[in-house]
Amino acid sequence: MNRKVSLIKNLDWMTIMLYAILVFLGWINIYAAVYNEDHQSIFDATQRYGKQLMWIGAAIFIAIIILTIESKFYSAFAYPTLILMILLLLAVLTFGVKVNGARSWFELGAIRFQPAEFAKFATNLAIARYLSQHNFKIHRLKSLAVTGLILFTPAVLILMQNDTGSALVYSVFILVLYREGLSGFVLFLALLAAIFFVFTLIYSSFTVSILILIIAAISLKTIGIQTKQIAIATAMLAGSFGTLWLINKGTNFQLGNFSLVVISILLNTIPFLIYTYRQKIKKAALVLLLVIGSLFYTFSVSYIFDTVLESHQQQRINELLGIKSDPYGTGYNVNQSKIAIGSGGFNGKGFLNGTQTKFNFVPEQSTDFIFCTVGEEWGFLGSALVLLLHLSLILRLIYLSERQRSSFSRIYGYGVAAILFFHVAVNVGMTIGLAPVIGIPLPFFSYGGSSLWSFTILLFIFLRLDANRLELLR
Amino acid sequence: MNNYSNRKFIVGGIFAFVILIFIIRLFNLQIIDDQYKLSAESNSQRRVTQYAARGLIYDRNGELLVYNQAAYDLMIIPRQVKTFDTLDFCYLLGIDKEDLIHRIQKAKKHSWYRSSIFIKQLSSERYAVLQEKLYKFPGFFVQTRTLRKYPHHNAAHTLGYLGEVNDRNIKKDDYYTQGDYIGKNGIENTYEEILRGVKGLKVYWVDVYNRIKGSFHDGKLDRDAIEGQDIKTTLDINLQEYGEKLMQNKKGGIVAIEPKTGEILVKLSSPGYDPEMFVGRAMSKNYRELANNDTLKPLFDRSMMATYPPGSIFKLVNALIALQEGIITPYTRIKCQNGYHAGSFTMGCHPHKSPVDLKESVQISCNAYYAQTFRDILDAPRFNSINESYTNWRRHVTSFGFGEKLGTDLPNELTGFIPTANYYNKVIRTRNWKSLNVVSLAIGQGELSITPLQMANMVACVANRGYYYTPHIVKSIGSNNSIDPKFLKKNKTTIDPSYFEPVIEGMDLVVHGGEGSTGRSSAIKDIRVCGKTGTVQNPHGDDHSVYVAFAPKDDPKIAIVVYVENGVWGARYAAPISGLMIEKYLKGEISENKKYLEKKMLEADLIKEQEIKKVQLKKESSHE
Ligand SMILES: [Zn+2]
Repeated sequence: MNRKVSLIKNLDWMTIMLYAILVFLGWINIYAAVYNEDHQSIFDATQRYGKQLMWIGAAIFIAIIILTIESKFYSAFAYPTLILMILLLLAVLTFGVKVNGARSWFELGAIRFQPAEFAKFATNLAIARYLSQHNFKIHRLKSLAVTGLILFTPAVLILMQNDTGSALVYSVFILVLYREGLSGFVLFLALLAAIFFVFTLIYSSFTVSILILIIAAISLKTIGIQTKQIAIATAMLAGSFGTLWLINKGTNFQLGNFSLVVISILLNTIPFLIYTYRQKIKKAALVLLLVIGSLFYTFSVSYIFDTVLESHQQQRINELLGIKSDPYGTGYNVNQSKIAIGSGGFNGKGFLNGTQTKFNFVPEQSTDFIFCTVGEEWGFLGSALVLLLHLSLILRLIYLSERQRSSFSRIYGYGVAAILFFHVAVNVGMTIGLAPVIGIPLPFFSYGGSSLWSFTILLFIFLRLDANRLELLR
Repeated sequence: MNNYSNRKFIVGGIFAFVILIFIIRLFNLQIIDDQYKLSAESNSQRRVTQYAARGLIYDRNGELLVYNQAAYDLMIIPRQVKTFDTLDFCYLLGIDKEDLIHRIQKAKKHSWYRSSIFIKQLSSERYAVLQEKLYKFPGFFVQTRTLRKYPHHNAAHTLGYLGEVNDRNIKKDDYYTQGDYIGKNGIENTYEEILRGVKGLKVYWVDVYNRIKGSFHDGKLDRDAIEGQDIKTTLDINLQEYGEKLMQNKKGGIVAIEPKTGEILVKLSSPGYDPEMFVGRAMSKNYRELANNDTLKPLFDRSMMATYPPGSIFKLVNALIALQEGIITPYTRIKCQNGYHAGSFTMGCHPHKSPVDLKESVQISCNAYYAQTFRDILDAPRFNSINESYTNWRRHVTSFGFGEKLGTDLPNELTGFIPTANYYNKVIRTRNWKSLNVVSLAIGQGELSITPLQMANMVACVANRGYYYTPHIVKSIGSNNSIDPKFLKKNKTTIDPSYFEPVIEGMDLVVHGGEGSTGRSSAIKDIRVCGKTGTVQNPHGDDHSVYVAFAPKDDPKIAIVVYVENGVWGARYAAPISGLMIEKYLKGEISENKKYLEKKMLEADLIKEQEIKKVQLKKESSHE
């Protein structure tokens, strides 16, 4: 009896309130998205909103079960849970049902469920368990390898189901690792990689190589090389490049500009190293390594993009980056989605008054593109509110994580926040044309039991851990 | 606590930063940027499907068989409907108020927001009047589409018809949406994707008065329809029409093929129906009537879907197999004592001279000749078992295209049935059955069943002396002359070309052998016709009459089968009809001396005759 009272007292009711508001808003939005006059009752179980209500009921039931389980259980069973999920992911590859080209569903009678959704909390538990071990040292090779194994196993299995969106979710754990001590340099590199990736595709490898050299020049300046020396180096590079360009023109090698830059740099590597070694500027070698690494990366990006990616994936990225626009084809969804959201104006057309989202202009309007209904019917006010509510929940989770005594709970909490963030960022980003079209659900808003239950489980396990924050869990 | 606690600000900062970017973007999209703005109060979009003109269908001589005419569907979007003058509206459309309410309810049930058909296919007069006043009725608009029209009222089974898509079609191919038309049978079905083209889309702005204000989004969302491609068929519509006339008031089918190419010249099933019956508003009523109330089954395509025992015409195949297997030579003579006798078994034959050689056996269709020969094929000493020898025989038979689909470009082709050795193992309950058990196969009776199309193909094999091209109905598509390469592939039978000549000599005698030749009535002046009659026992009424023929003998241009149910013998109806068809095709008209025969065929009413006979039979039995 006492325990129950203390559990209720120790629960973070603010998080629960944010959760409840989001779930409720999500439900009435699904109602608006699939509204038709013949099934006006929001409880009509033949319609998606009626079904969503059933999923919500089930989610509450799941939440209560999670809260009644001892918090020690979650860390103790972290690994077995992950193994079970991996087995389910393997099973779905062979026995699963194909929906929209992704073999990621189990079908049990009328109920369909998607193991990929549940792999998230299992992975998060396992990561929290592993990172909180005493002998975990983030920069040790073995620790990194195990961490990578925990993250990549489910991600690769999900990728094999053709569900790119759900697989990419695991990349967000880099933020959790960063919080646990991963060098900021790695985060910086990841960011740089993303920027180079986009630039390589929008402009050309050659442009990016120039960009890399400019960054290198600035870095050289900051580590104490004089402007004059940098100018000499630039002149030497330019000279080699010019000579090579002329030779190339006159002969039959037919090399591209990018290749010429790479050769020029390689030609000047030795004099550069000799000079900097004499001047005892050791960091210069690091800069050179970075330059060569970046060039190699740039080359790989254009190679992978042209030869490895499938054409529909190329199209989606092209569309997003504005390289090629095709408003009827790949761009159709995003274009329609932007029209729907844009037509909402400042305060929207009002509940159930949306027209764009109801004419079937917007595809997947109750699942991946549910944010369109928010934007159209509730306008800027409503959509900003929904984003802020999500942000509040995520920041609240960070706050709660930081107050944990046990690192297991803290890491798990960060994981929940990061996963929620990734979903919001990619899903909303997609509908407003800032992220590629990758089908992942908007937490608590997109129609579907599996995703709602998955986020509920993620969140309430953390709330259960948080309620016990005063005990030190390992 | 650990050392990295301050990183919470960086992580939190990243989260907040991204959300901030999103909010700025939303601000831009929803408030600053007019490009995405609609004034939702006064405007709405209307998406009008641009139906592609369906491809036309021609006959082999460029005669138009199927074209399009405009039709106007009145569409409704329930959500945009405002109060309107219902009396005026009903008057304009010629419907009553109850009907109006019913139709609106139906549209609402379909979708509140999406358009659905309110009234199908308005007449152009009604459309003209309505067009003027349409602005008074928000939520209604007219969508133009095309209907099929048939200048010749023939070849309905082959051409097929259009019908609305059903849920299964939509599920299978997401090109289709509710209310679209799809080819349901015949050429319209097999060549659907070529004929239909690609439908387009126009998105308009419409104001509250239902008036089009302009193109939505500068026409960025519009797509032009791509017209369907025309198809030239292999049919000869004049011959088809003539065949349908000759077959009027008779049940049966005719298939004629050009042996050199496998092109189907005529393919008809009688009784048929007028293809115009399946166009427009009357379609579903007519369909129900033809499908349910008509005992003669006019929808049933007898030329491909009826399987009959082939009867005596199958003797041609058995003769060829016997030659190939070395069981007989063209000079082998076999005695016939009013039939074939083996122990207590007897298979009757009509009186004729005896013995006969191969040619004569074809000419007079001697049962004994074939019973003996067939048993010799199966009992040949080089085989170890009846299973082995029978399977070998069956291999020859199927090389003529029997027992499986020929693979034409028309839907609903049946396989027919050539029993396997295993079939008999089961039925006779031993693997060691005797050739006598299956001797009725010798004369084309027993378990055999074959479609008229397959019979025609068999004749084409004989005319070609040993091969056939898969029969097909399309000669060319659009402007290019290419057809499916499978129709250009020569299919060889297992019979050596040299064995065909003696059999063809026999078929020549069937027509030109003088007194007693069963196919005399198919003879044509100046053209050497080769034929073979058949009579198929029918336990339900008069026997069926069948005749196969090809002509000219040395340079075959047409191979034909005529099957007349209850036609009694091949000689009575099937042979003269074949002769008339061949003459019409090769000469263009019927010569004077055969006009009486033509008249007789046109006037024969076997359907009524059968009815009368049935009634008489009933009377007789009730008197007893
Ligand atoms: Zn005889």
